[in-house]
Amino acid sequence: MSIFSFFRSAPRPSAVQAKERLQIVMAHERAGRAGPDYLPMLQQELLAVIAKYIDIDQNKVEVKLDRGSDCSTLELNIELPAREQLKSAMAAVRKPETKAGGDGLKAGAPLASSEDKKRH
Amino acid sequence: MGEAPLSKIIVMTSGKGGVGKTTSSAAFATGLALRGFKTVVIDFDVGLRNLDLVMGCERRVVFDFINVINGEAKLSQALIKDKRIDNLYVLPTSQTRDKDALTAAGVERVLNELAKDFDYILCDSPAGIERGALMALYFADHAIIVTNPEVSSVRDSDRILGVLASRSRRAEQGLEPVTQQLLLTRYDPERVERGEMLKVDDVLEILAIPLLGVIPESQAVLRASNVGMPVILDESSNAGQAYTDAVGRFLGEDIEHRFMAPQKKGLFSRFLRRSA
Ligand SMILES: Nc1ncnc2c1ncn2[C@@H]1O[C@H](COP(=O)(O)OP(=O)(O)OP(=O)(O)O)[C@@H](O)[C@H]1O
Ligand SMILES: [Mg+2]
Repeated sequence: MSIFSFFRSAPRPSAVQAKERLQIVMAHERAGRAGPDYLPMLQQELLAVIAKYIDIDQNKVEVKLDRGSDCSTLELNIELPAREQLKSAMAAVRKPETKAGGDGLKAGAPLASSEDKKRH
Repeated sequence: MGEAPLSKIIVMTSGKGGVGKTTSSAAFATGLALRGFKTVVIDFDVGLRNLDLVMGCERRVVFDFINVINGEAKLSQALIKDKRIDNLYVLPTSQTRDKDALTAAGVERVLNELAKDFDYILCDSPAGIERGALMALYFADHAIIVTNPEVSSVRDSDRILGVLASRSRRAEQGLEPVTQQLLLTRYDPERVERGEMLKVDDVLEILAIPLLGVIPESQAVLRASNVGMPVILDESSNAGQAYTDAVGRFLGEDIEHRFMAPQKKGLFSRFLRRSA
């Protein structure tokens, strides 16, 4: 071991990178399957509306449903083209979850996943 | 013996291949039988039969699971009684057919027949998420997710958790979900300490299911499979002891986890490693 290696900053352990990569890829994959079945449709329809006004890359869109204990979030993340100045736009619909688990979008669409329904 | 178990049908599953499902199935079934439970372990890996070899009963296979499904043999003719342990039986699979031979109705009929007689039915799943793996997990009450501390194995385990939550009988019929536990195998504490391998806690944080056990990477596993002996019977080995602990935890005992830290090395062996 050379004395100089003391001055070099230690490289990030590969296991740390493994964990971070897994967390990112799995967040995507879970959002895709754990979400209610209407999530892909919702994503498509939202995209169609937005695409009428803005030129967007379909691959740079993310629709995510997060469930907290007292608050569920529907997150729509769209990366806009660079010339729009804005790098991304975020729209979030938040609504406190009711005790009965009947959380929903303002429009009244049921947000409970099939998994949730089974628990009731 | 013991109380009637709540989870009768257990699946050993992983998504990814070669992570230790068959090794763990053989060890676990043997461990349950050693604890006095009448146990059968079924090979669902149609076409790639291997459980018979790991259990050391390959020369006694006459009829198999598929023969029973097809009505070509009676269940009692296909079941192989272990020579070492009372209460332990193996239901081998076919080496010549393919996974399409596993019909849901056929599998259900065999499982129902076994359930009358056995305390535990352990299903050794093939890799993948195709028919064989789906049939192995479909009727399960409990799933043991076999995972290696490695990115693709962890991701595939998560995939299997998704399948259990949506495509198992319990999910389809809206029953209580299949219970799940993590069995982290081939764990190498020294590589973990060097930052080269995911820690138990990392995997637990990502998969978010309870930990059944950590089985260390161990040369005893290969030695045991060489001679057709479930590694749990090698009581001197770390892996064997770790499986015994895991069986105890499965049965509800509070057993501290072992073999998760590097073994203390003496000065001499440390010197040897340096110079190696
Ligand atoms: N704890 C361990 N230490 C060392 N080697 C192990 C350990 N567990 C399993 N192995 C080895 O890994 C290999 C694969 O194990 P096994 O056949 O049990 O995996 P599997 O998940 O059933 O594979 P498949 O997906 O092909 O059915 C075998 O060579 C086995 O000896
Ligand atoms: Mg196997």
